[in-house]
Amino acid sequence: MSTVELEAPRSPGAPRGAAQAAPRGRRISLGDPIFQGLATACGLALAVAMFGLTGVLVYNSWPAISGLGTSVLTTVAWSPVDHQYGALAALAGTFLSTLVAMVIAVPLALVIALLLVELVHPAVARVVGTAIEMLAAIPSIIFGMVGIFVIVPFIQDRFVPWLLTTPLGSLPGIKPGAQFQGGGLSIFTAGVVLAFMVLPFITAVSRDVLRMVPQVTKEAGYGMGSTTWEVMHKISLRYANSGIVGAVFIGLGRALGETMAVAFLIGSVYTSIPRSLFDPGTSIASLIANTFSEATDKIQVSALIELGLILFLITVVFQILAQVWLRRVQRSTGGRA
Amino acid sequence: MKTSARSWRLILLVAAALAIAATALTAAGCGGSSNTDAGGTPAPAISGFTPQPMSADTILGAGASFPAPLYMKWGSDYNGVSGVKLNYQSIGSGGGISAIEAKTVDFGASDAPLEQAELEANGLAQFPMVVGGDVLVVNLDGVADGQLKLTPDLVGGIFMGTVTTWNDPAIVKLNPGVQLPSTKINVVHRSDGSGTTWIFTHYLTDAAGSIWTAGADKEIAWPVGVGGKGNEGVAASVQQLSGSIGYVEYAYAKQTGMTTTQLQNKDGQWVKPSIASFAAAAANADWKASLPSMYMVLVNQPGAETWPITGASFILMQKDQADAARGKAALEFFNWGYTSGADGATALDYVAIPVGVYDLVQKQVWPTITMSGTPVWP
Repeated sequence: MSTVELEAPRSPGAPRGAAQAAPRGRRISLGDPIFQGLATACGLALAVAMFGLTGVLVYNSWPAISGLGTSVLTTVAWSPVDHQYGALAALAGTFLSTLVAMVIAVPLALVIALLLVELVHPAVARVVGTAIEMLAAIPSIIFGMVGIFVIVPFIQDRFVPWLLTTPLGSLPGIKPGAQFQGGGLSIFTAGVVLAFMVLPFITAVSRDVLRMVPQVTKEAGYGMGSTTWEVMHKISLRYANSGIVGAVFIGLGRALGETMAVAFLIGSVYTSIPRSLFDPGTSIASLIANTFSEATDKIQVSALIELGLILFLITVVFQILAQVWLRRVQRSTGGRA
Repeated sequence: MKTSARSWRLILLVAAALAIAATALTAAGCGGSSNTDAGGTPAPAISGFTPQPMSADTILGAGASFPAPLYMKWGSDYNGVSGVKLNYQSIGSGGGISAIEAKTVDFGASDAPLEQAELEANGLAQFPMVVGGDVLVVNLDGVADGQLKLTPDLVGGIFMGTVTTWNDPAIVKLNPGVQLPSTKINVVHRSDGSGTTWIFTHYLTDAAGSIWTAGADKEIAWPVGVGGKGNEGVAASVQQLSGSIGYVEYAYAKQTGMTTTQLQNKDGQWVKPSIASFAAAAANADWKASLPSMYMVLVNQPGAETWPITGASFILMQKDQADAARGKAALEFFNWGYTSGADGATALDYVAIPVGVYDLVQKQVWPTITMSGTPVWP
């Protein structure tokens, strides 16, 4: 914080009187209202963009909302030939692939974050931390390509055949459904690649939050005779609780909306709800990406925009839930975060 | 509290700087785009496509992605001989149709032809510019390129989900001596709307109508299989997954060296995909009957040499030209493509329009492209 103080030596309230006295201060007092105005304009622009976006989405999806009614949300018949646009399969695929991604990514991210903060030498932590941050900078199309050339054949030729010989293979949700095509291009594959895509975000934020746990608190724990595990589990994770939830929601938001990698890997079957994680399916974002550019039927275009609106609303709802949760956790832990 | 107030001020400062930069950019953007509105034409609702300012020596086109590499090659070759530039935006057939209907381009390009009623409603003329087609590609160990034989009924059955294994008796009977596994047939289709799917599903409807009941369009509700995005997506899935079958554009399959199949055509002959077999389809089709719209589905055409899954890519132009010079410039370019572009097309694995067909276009369709009642070409 010392650099901040050097760059901004004036505190906000004090120098008003001084400014009127010195000519140098006069210039600054003119700058203040300008910055104030610009900042307000920026804030307003953000709000206008947000409401404008919602308005445009609602306006353009109105033909589908009024023409197709709830069938977009409740049926699975996506057939441009018959002008039917039921996207229940896309909704199901979005939630299932995101669920798979979070189930894999969250525990992994927490373990890596704890490892970096509590267990390894700071030099190692720096190297590994940088590597994880670089993972976040890889464009999603690259994940899609690695997925299709490496992960798809692995899952199709090795993982699924092995899994189906184990008792797990006959469980509902894993047992292949009617649309099964070998399991390579499936909800599961999309979820695995999504997990790698959201991992760096969850890890990086969790690591930063865990670093903010005061050293004295942890040392107090050790002083009481706690083991490393007890300190991590009962002090660090507790203290960083709300921040970690925030990190998870950042990852969740990204997984819900991810487009290109999912479009490559999920199998793009629009007309059936996957009965198994190894069935192909589709997600809202990948359905839009796949079909929007060649959609000539006006109702289809409108239905796709309606799906965009739905995805937007889903993300907003998750953001609100995250905020509510954070506030509740903050209250119960006495406002630390 | 003090530090947090300071950091907030820093954030505001950065935000203000960003706002100034954004305002400057927006102002520059408005200045740049204002001259496109000079013609008073409504901008089409197409993402990623901005109409360029009009000048007499640049032809503007937009539409289908399938012929885009050829139009771009032709454009650069033609620029060398005539000095006229072609600006072709590969935004998809749907976008091309919207753009020509909104009159923001000199021509639109579509892989699927428009029907007479839609042409009339928008005052458009339509003619074929280049021929291409789909091939079936498979991933089967020990099966060589062009070795596997399939009938239309089998192709329909495989994509309908009624023929499910590679050692189906019907396939085995057609292919003595070919090692066919007992594994499931993995079907791969396009997940995005495309002219490739339009041609393929029209072929299935036309050649195997009693088995194929899922209809024909740029995007359909597929009974079985997984979707791949673009030719590259289908190709990647077929190459990765053993026992799979899919359809891709001929040029794409040829350039990536995939394993194609033979098909039985309408005359009952076994044919392999080649430039000659696509050209045969285009030459044997009854184009005269397609006038005046030139709406022609080139699938399942007669002829011993004909490849059955062939299609033409079409050009759309306004019949009533606002500027005779621009209309003439575009038609001059297409005339050059017809008469001198065949080698360029073959080099990129496209098939040029046969002489008889473009003769028909120039005599029957181009005279309907006029300004104040006078044909703009020749």
